[in-house]
Amino acid sequence: MDFLVCISKAPDTTTRIAFTEGDTRFNEEGVQFIVNPYDEWYALVRALELVEAQGGKVVIATVGGADCDPILRKALAIGAHEAVRIDAAPEDAMQVAAEIAAYAQGQSFDAILCGKETIDHNSSAVPAMIAEHLDVPCIALCTSLDYEGGKAIMTRETASGIEKVAVSGTFVLSAAKGMAEQRIPNMRGIMAARTKPLQVVPASGASAGTRIEKFALPPEKAGVKLVDADNPAELVRLLREEAKVI
Amino acid sequence: MKCIAFIQTKEGQATKASLEAAGFAAGMGETVAVVSGELHGDGGLGAVGVGRVLQGATQLDDGQLARLVSAAAEKEGASTVVCAQDHLGKAVAGRVAVRLGAGLIAGVTTAPDGNGYTRNVFSGKATARIIGNTDKLVITTTPNAIGMPEPAGGSATVEAFSADLGDPKVEILEAAAPSTGGRAPLPEAELVVSAGRGLKGPENWGIIEDLADAVGATTACSRPVSDIGWRPHHEHVGQTGIAIRPNLYIAVGISGAIQHLAGVNGSKVIVVINKDPEAPFFKAADYGIVGDAFEVVPKLTEAFKAL
Repeated sequence: MDFLVCISKAPDTTTRIAFTEGDTRFNEEGVQFIVNPYDEWYALVRALELVEAQGGKVVIATVGGADCDPILRKALAIGAHEAVRIDAAPEDAMQVAAEIAAYAQGQSFDAILCGKETIDHNSSAVPAMIAEHLDVPCIALCTSLDYEGGKAIMTRETASGIEKVAVSGTFVLSAAKGMAEQRIPNMRGIMAARTKPLQVVPASGASAGTRIEKFALPPEKAGVKLVDADNPAELVRLLREEAKVI
Repeated sequence: MKCIAFIQTKEGQATKASLEAAGFAAGMGETVAVVSGELHGDGGLGAVGVGRVLQGATQLDDGQLARLVSAAAEKEGASTVVCAQDHLGKAVAGRVAVRLGAGLIAGVTTAPDGNGYTRNVFSGKATARIIGNTDKLVITTTPNAIGMPEPAGGSATVEAFSADLGDPKVEILEAAAPSTGGRAPLPEAELVVSAGRGLKGPENWGIIEDLADAVGATTACSRPVSDIGWRPHHEHVGQTGIAIRPNLYIAVGISGAIQHLAGVNGSKVIVVINKDPEAPFFKAADYGIVGDAFEVVPKLTEAFKAL
């Protein structure tokens, strides 16, 4: 089985977020970048497990410049077979999804796996958009993926509940916690990653549908109002009369 | 400006998140709602400013729903499509954006301001103002962020609507509602009581459930206790769990690591109960009690019951 796993570069979860150029750009100075955790821990690992069991290959794709090569090598070190970098600065979900769909259109993947959202943009838009371009189903928020009787069987967990679904043919999936366990690359994987294929392909030139005009940091919190442990009724009063949340 | 609002229903009424989306749309211009589901009367849509409801076939998958909504947008000459930012809304919105060649602005948190829309980025650590580059736009609204408009005194007319929807592609084998004990599911909950390692063991969660009952809240937990199986997966809130936006979030025995905060920084009011006065969570809290959870929480429960 051949899988395409889409990954993106994200700032490490403990990054102190700051902006520059009049709050129009994210300040990358000193920032550690990682593979978006949902892409790496859940989408990539599950694809690798399936290929280890049934044969085939896992191809990683990202939309970005050469600054994305380290995360591609990381994914190769974890076990992916090939990496593809679609050479364009990622601008928004519409552009990224269109570029990935354009690349995938010419290939024959059994499934395209993504993480459920990126930890910097949090839109959860790209998987559904790729699916619409390719006219295939998209199953989001998946916590498991298996193949049975020629169909892909997935479990997804949403606020409305837990669903088990079946799909035939190619599909897009977005992976959530539960799909797989994070894998740490070992020395052998890191060495092998250096010589695995990393192909740079030209972008198709898709346009972005939106642009970020300005960023802002939230206002500083006023500081916690402490209530005495012996007087919880006071907390209840504050929540009702001052905060007005109950 | 003419808008389409994609509405989800539950037992014949539009869901709260859908009503917020419809109200948001109605605030921008004439809004036509699109529903695929059973509707009692106008499902509450007239009250948020919707004039007409187009009712399509039921039991559609997200690909078919996107075709229904896009066909309605084209028929009505709408420039903007609004959905709730819940799992189905997100699925439909992305597809509609591709079908209409429209930019997508996901998870808007405030009313529109000029041509810009505000949304959270970096897992809630910052906000961004987004401008659309396209003639049409698809917008999704974050549940429990926009609020409901003042009730308009109208009722919406409901008419049947059909379009070429293609074949269903997803077969549902099993479906089970979440076991939240009759309380609102976490992503929509307005009141949440959450606990973590400070509770020391799963057998001690009774005090948390009692507090949640007294408050009328849904229960949640931190990642470590979900990973070791003290609490079910779906309760885990945080960077790799779910993000919630309740009006009130009470955190008991949770230290407040950045990854946990990423899941709860959308809460209106945060209360932290922890016996460690240096717990980082106090820096993100509005109110706090420094004390032993096993003593404080039962007393707090009594205080809520006395309301």
